[in-house]
Amino acid sequence: MTEFNPSRRKFIQNTAVTSGALIAAKLVPEVEAKSVLQPAQATTEPANVNVLLKVNGSEHQMMIDPRTSLLDALRERLHLTGTKKGCDQGQCGACTVIVDGRRITSCLTLAVMQEGHDITTIEGLGTPTNLHPMQAAFIKHDGYQCGFCTPGQICSAVAMLEEVKAGMPSHVTADLTRPSEMTIIEFRERMSGNICRCGAYSNIQEAIAEVAGVRT
Amino acid sequence: MKAFTYDRATSAAEAASAVAKTTGSKFIAGGTNLLDLMKLQIETPSHLIDINDLGLDQIEPATNGGLRIGALVRNTDLAANEYVRRDYAVLSRALLAGASGQLRNQATTAGNLLQRTRCPYFYDTNMPCNKREPGRGCSALGGYSRMHAIVGISDACIATHPSDMAVAMRLLDATVETVRSNGLTRTIPIVELHRLPGNTPNIEHTLEPGELITAVLLPKPSGGTHIYRKVRDRASYAFALVSVAAIIQPDGSGKVALGGVAHKPWRVESAERKLQRGSKAVTKELLANARTTHDNAFKVQLVERTLASVLNDAKG
Repeated sequence: MTEFNPSRRKFIQNTAVTSGALIAAKLVPEVEAKSVLQPAQATTEPANVNVLLKVNGSEHQMMIDPRTSLLDALRERLHLTGTKKGCDQGQCGACTVIVDGRRITSCLTLAVMQEGHDITTIEGLGTPTNLHPMQAAFIKHDGYQCGFCTPGQICSAVAMLEEVKAGMPSHVTADLTRPSEMTIIEFRERMSGNICRCGAYSNIQEAIAEVAGVRT
Repeated sequence: MKAFTYDRATSAAEAASAVAKTTGSKFIAGGTNLLDLMKLQIETPSHLIDINDLGLDQIEPATNGGLRIGALVRNTDLAANEYVRRDYAVLSRALLAGASGQLRNQATTAGNLLQRTRCPYFYDTNMPCNKREPGRGCSALGGYSRMHAIVGISDACIATHPSDMAVAMRLLDATVETVRSNGLTRTIPIVELHRLPGNTPNIEHTLEPGELITAVLLPKPSGGTHIYRKVRDRASYAFALVSVAAIIQPDGSGKVALGGVAHKPWRVESAERKLQRGSKAVTKELLANARTTHDNAFKVQLVERTLASVLNDAKG
């Protein structure tokens, strides 16, 4: 039996976790969610900061709480809701976006840290009338069921193929002194940071292989 | 997440001085571990100093014939560097065995070394943990401890250092170059950087308050066959149960270090002198004084078998 030492904050946190209120809280912006959970802190919080984000070729000036993750800024402030919040811990890959040509998990970086960088989200890759080849391939090969992980999968896959083209090695690259190869084994290893709860992996693999010009 | 103020550093010395002066301040670089812990209020800095503008992102030949790796070199770039791939392949292999593609694009060299030594109970704020709240007790001792440490442990903590890269750095006898809050620089051999838990598992490294790692130095290449073998529950993107980093020379001599077994990268130089006698003799000395739980006792045999496999592979 562990010591029971209740404090109001801990009680609220624990209640939030067990009752699912945390899940509800995640649907509103992070800053607002916190003010609901911790009203006493609201008056002592540091001031918001001015940030200029460059997303999908457009610049956006905004005042934000420094705590705001890039993911929350994209979704809640810019209303680019294609990028999804899965685990919010960098484990699932649903929030993957491309920054300066590299895929990253947008939940594990602050929006203020991304000023001056080129951010590309799923909305910036293609549109319903002008699909990116990877988007078209996911549709053709049925590379999803519920679709929640799909924007992250597609952003990840697009940047991943560039990594292979650039000769970046992976865990399964047999010879580090030679350029890495476009193979299914490479794609599987390199996509391990994107989890698909529906298990559409084999179709995702086919979509990626088609775009890469690799036979399955 | 607790509220904090945010600033960008313009020089390493200024950043070190600022963090030392302001209570509750921390550096942020990749942020992949720090922000994760801040969301859970396990880390609660009141001020963040972003060091991403400091440069420190070059990999260049060093005067000692080795390599100087800037602290902010991303894990992806270090793993892909042509010198590292050619002369320090064990480092490339270790990096590529760690985390995911996305995280390796964000995580930095110094941040990887300084990520928290941790276990699931450290992350579970409903459970006592001596790292989070010194003196509250260790939930892993007597809890589920399959992933936990078997050597160098204490009654206060049995968490493992999660880094693969650090195991290779320890094998390679890397040194870290730092700048202190008074603006002076120093170098620290990696063996002296990470601490065992003892009675203060909350203190994981020997850096002074505000001291900032600016580079990691590798000695001259040693040749030999470089191998990093990571045994884990999934084929990719999982922490090691046990990992073995090794550089084996044609005559069977060499070096070996372990991940997944201790609070820091685990290496016992005296054990390496037994490499030519095989994995059993080496493991016996590497894991002398091992203290296992019911859940993690398998790691002793797993180390021996993984090492046997590595030594076999090294023969070509």
